[in-house]
Amino acid sequence: MKSGATVIAILVVATMFGLVSKSNRGRFRVKKNFHPILSRAEIGADLGSVATVLQFSSAFCAPCRATRQILENLTPQFPGIAHIEIDAESHLELVRRLKVHQTPTTLFLDANGQEIGRAVGAPKKSQLVAVLEKLHGAAHVH
Amino acid sequence: MAQPTFIDARGPRFSAAITTIVLIVALLTRSTFLIIWQLLVFAISAFYSMPNSPYGFVYRRVIAPYLNKRKNFSGQVPTEDSRPPRFAQQMGFGFVLLATVGALSHTWLLFTVATAACIFAAFLNSAFNYCLGCAIYLQGIRIFR
Repeated sequence: MKSGATVIAILVVATMFGLVSKSNRGRFRVKKNFHPILSRAEIGADLGSVATVLQFSSAFCAPCRATRQILENLTPQFPGIAHIEIDAESHLELVRRLKVHQTPTTLFLDANGQEIGRAVGAPKKSQLVAVLEKLHGAAHVH
Repeated sequence: MAQPTFIDARGPRFSAAITTIVLIVALLTRSTFLIIWQLLVFAISAFYSMPNSPYGFVYRRVIAPYLNKRKNFSGQVPTEDSRPPRFAQQMGFGFVLLATVGALSHTWLLFTVATAACIFAAFLNSAFNYCLGCAIYLQGIRIFR
């Protein structure tokens, strides 16, 4: 009887956890009080002239591959926006400094390399299109 | 790093569903037999081959052909890198090893906690396609390196 209650408790908590993490997954969050600026040297690749999408990935991460495929297809449609993928494991200094806790974490940088916001977990294509259009549009206003 | 191999992405989710059920029954009945069975299954899938583990075998022989014959099947089998699910299998092996030690030594608190943790992870994996390796692997490296 006691273990029956344990099983029900596990399944209820896991279901709530699963629903919450699913609804937060890949959602773009604007950075409010922490705006690190990244340089070419730190990333190891050229920043985009308009914006940069910086994706942190790891080997044990299936959604990282899905995110990479979406971004590789999308970013060429937005001139000046670069997609750079970084292996989190071999860039631990950067991971710690940027407070990256899981993969994929996708950072969106402006033309200066300053983080505007990020998406934790694999974003849907529609979510990425919305962010990229915003980044691209903002650059054209200037 | 070894070349990644690619497996049917639906297989690990099916295995996780069976694992969830087996572990729930094991927890409810305090079955040493079932927990050792699950330990062997995890040992095979974590350190030898996922498609050749018992659940992987059932998936390949029975479930995959059925799924591929359904009317709404796109004709393309979704594949994934085998490393993320393998990492999850290794995590599962660790938890079930603890549960086995608990069962054999009649330390039922250890058995219950370890089995519960494993049910939690297997259920999230099967019901929500939750990627355990994504959340845990980097945290682990951040702490230990």
